[in-house]
Amino acid sequence: MSLIAAVQPTSTWFLVLSAVLFSLGTVGVLVRRNPLVMFMCIELMLNAVNLSFVTFSRAHGDIGGQASVFFVLVVAAAEVTVGLGIIVSIMRRRTAATADDLSGLKG
Amino acid sequence: MELFVFVCAALMVLVGAVGVIVRANPVHAAMSLVLTLFGIAVLFVQQAAHFLAAVQVIVYAGAIVVLFLFVIMLLGVDRAENLSVEPIGGQRLLAGIIGIGMCGLLTAAVVTARSAVGFSGTGLAQMSLESPDANIKELATTIFSDHVFAFEITSVLLLVAVVGTVILARRLPKEDAK
Repeated sequence: MSLIAAVQPTSTWFLVLSAVLFSLGTVGVLVRRNPLVMFMCIELMLNAVNLSFVTFSRAHGDIGGQASVFFVLVVAAAEVTVGLGIIVSIMRRRTAATADDLSGLKG
Repeated sequence: MELFVFVCAALMVLVGAVGVIVRANPVHAAMSLVLTLFGIAVLFVQQAAHFLAAVQVIVYAGAIVVLFLFVIMLLGVDRAENLSVEPIGGQRLLAGIIGIGMCGLLTAAVVTARSAVGFSGTGLAQMSLESPDANIKELATTIFSDHVFAFEITSVLLLVAVVGTVILARRLPKEDAK
């Protein structure tokens, strides 16, 4: 029991978790067809990157990683706002809720 | 103790992420996303990023997920979609292969370079009773000195996003007349 308590999670653990989370987000974007859920999966990928930023920030003792996460948060908020605006304006014209139906530009 | 916190938070993150992918109802997927975001916030606290953990909960779980739920309710797509059909043959198999491959490659890269990402430098100021905001002051100093130009640009970005969304989502008067 004391052996388990002595194990400390190192930066590698956080980075591996971040890699798994990023891969899950990628699979979600590839598999799901509801544009809203695809957006949520993009948020998962952004969060994975944020986690690795914070991990590197602690590992290198450099606060710049945390500053980057701050800007990623702002850009993610802007991205979600514009993306949901686009989805709302598309969905108002057609009722179907899958990305496969949006093939208007297909030759 | 630190291990226990890490394992619990990692479980929250992974269960939430899997939930986002496999839940048929978009509302349930959004709730799973909240679970993931809270798990990430716990991991932020564990890595001495207290301000970012608070911002994560307020901005992501508070604002972005609520925005998602607003749009789900506004569009009325809060019914479960049928996940059993697979419109493109082999799509899920290929996505699974890509996901496992990407996860394996990233993990291999991280594990191979683990000596390079070990602790180095002076280390961030940890929160203590004497200096409860050491790290946050450091972050504020960096943002408002080194990154002040980027900070100002983000304000322009947010303004553009707000104006663009209003124009995108607005109903034109002509359309109503038709």
